Amino acid sequence: MTAETDTPTASSAAPAARVGRRLPAAMVAWLQAAPLALVLGAFLVLPIIMIVIVSFWGATEYSIYPAFQFDNYQFLFGSPVTYKVFFNTFKYALITWAATLLIGFTVAYFLAFHVRSLTWQVALFLLCTIPFWTSNIIRMISWIPFLGRNGIANSTLISWGVIDEPLEWLLFSDFSVILAFVHLYTLFMVVPIFNTMMRIDRSLIEASYDAGATGWQTLWHVIVPLTKPGIMIGTIFVITLVMGDFITVRFMSGSQSANVGRLISNDIGLLQYPSAAATAVVLLITVLLVIGILLRFVNIRKEL
Amino acid sequence: MKSDLELVNVTKRYGETVAVKSINHHFRSGSYACLLGPSGCGKSTTLRMIAGHESVSDGSIVLAGRDVSHLPPAKRGTAMMFQSYALFPHLSVADNVSFSLKMKGIDAAKRRARAMEMLELVDMAKLGDRLPAQLSGGQQQRVALARALITEPQVLLLDEPLSALDPFLRIRMRAELKKLQRETGITFIHVTHGQDEALALADEIVVMNNAVIEQAGPAREIFDAPRTAFVARFIGAHNVIALPEGKVALRSDAIQLTDAQAAQLSGRITAIEYQGTHVALTAMVAGEQEVTVLLTDKEFFGAPRETGEAIGLAWDARSAHALSA
Repeated sequence: MTAETDTPTASSAAPAARVGRRLPAAMVAWLQAAPLALVLGAFLVLPIIMIVIVSFWGATEYSIYPAFQFDNYQFLFGSPVTYKVFFNTFKYALITWAATLLIGFTVAYFLAFHVRSLTWQVALFLLCTIPFWTSNIIRMISWIPFLGRNGIANSTLISWGVIDEPLEWLLFSDFSVILAFVHLYTLFMVVPIFNTMMRIDRSLIEASYDAGATGWQTLWHVIVPLTKPGIMIGTIFVITLVMGDFITVRFMSGSQSANVGRLISNDIGLLQYPSAAATAVVLLITVLLVIGILLRFVNIRKEL
Repeated sequence: MKSDLELVNVTKRYGETVAVKSINHHFRSGSYACLLGPSGCGKSTTLRMIAGHESVSDGSIVLAGRDVSHLPPAKRGTAMMFQSYALFPHLSVADNVSFSLKMKGIDAAKRRARAMEMLELVDMAKLGDRLPAQLSGGQQQRVALARALITEPQVLLLDEPLSALDPFLRIRMRAELKKLQRETGITFIHVTHGQDEALALADEIVVMNNAVIEQAGPAREIFDAPRTAFVARFIGAHNVIALPEGKVALRSDAIQLTDAQAAQLSGRITAIEYQGTHVALTAMVAGEQEVTVLLTDKEFFGAPRETGEAIGLAWDARSAHALSA
């Protein structure tokens, strides 16, 4: 452990004997980054490149063939169905985002600022995650007996005399799709917002009250601006999840509504891989654009 | 009398523990007061109760003849400067300073003008558009001061305002605090655990320990005549010696070295420390007590001593203060 033989670059107090055999620092850094880079390259970048390539291929009813043609894109952009489905996807994303933000912010605010003891904070936070111990599909399907025509919601409302006949729009409608989305994805909003809120220096809140701000003014002028990075991360989670989803829309709409995900899944069902790939590429670009726009508003780097 | 602050039997309990035990004190209007004590003595809690960020369990806080104990912070006529300054990181310096005006709904032009006036006062007008993160510690503190003063408080409460600064800057900022207090004429109540800070700044020092006020008075009175062993030790530069007639506090620079016969106490030198202008001798005297003697460098080097040497200690009877506890 002699300090003299240790090179200034080697900050660890390694035995002098090993210093000579040590790899250059740059090499070590590359080696450390390599495993993750390989995994991401093999399982993320490569498949995306494949999808982009296949999106230019051609297809008949029973086969696909390598080519470089724009038929898939031409068909996609020429069909009014595409625009309708994309509009629907945005509609789901926007409404779900608004609802999850409202609920997520409220829950996170309650946890971070009203629950005083750390034990309770942790306990209540874990409580929020309990639904996530079951799979997405089960959580989704469990809404069906609740919302159905003779389901719990309708029979309760009838027995209370609020309505005379069952509400048709409770299940297999945009309402049920969005309800399921909100149920599934609110936690993705709670976690990053809670995380950001916990880092807000409590003396800032006191300073705000000291300056004569009311509770609402403190919320709007101090807490919300400081929570923006968390809100943004949650927003990215929710929007990408909702825009890429197809199973929730299929189950909860009873196959009556469509989003881009279902368009892709239908194409795959019909073995129209090139067409599915083209739709996927357009969806990917759309989502990236949305995220790009969001990131222009808020700098989330200090949160990572 | 116009903005005197009075604490009447002020008590703070957290469950079973008592953080502040029924303290009474009268802060004169326009004075610079320091609440001095070790951490956990209740000084910060006291300040936060005055500010309204901590509820009062018992007793009342009276400012300018008005009981403010249960008013919200902004309605009391106090303003607080926080330990870490608590500047809003997302707002510019000028917006930080004018935050309270914005909350009152004053229009932007007027807010800006008033903020610039306050920034002028603390010599920060040029940096009005910066964000707090782009400022040094000293600059942040000035902004925090401007933000507190813009509310035109009768009492400014400072919670360890200098502790986040490096020692050099601390001394400079403390001179500025004192100057600002003189210029504005506002009562300053400053919490600190540094006795040098308290002595340098305060017209009046309130020494707290274990949730009570040990002693309060003008800075010189506290230093020259500590009433309890705790105050004598905490204020520093004192020896607390148990003599047959009782415990006394004795300033280390009030002790002379003599030969053993003429001495009130005799002992043996255990350590000699050179401190530049002074030399500190530590001697072990009867009853295993350590006594520190502070000699000027001239005195010491005129008649140098060695560690282990037997010496006698003598002092003027008037400089020994009997301690009550």
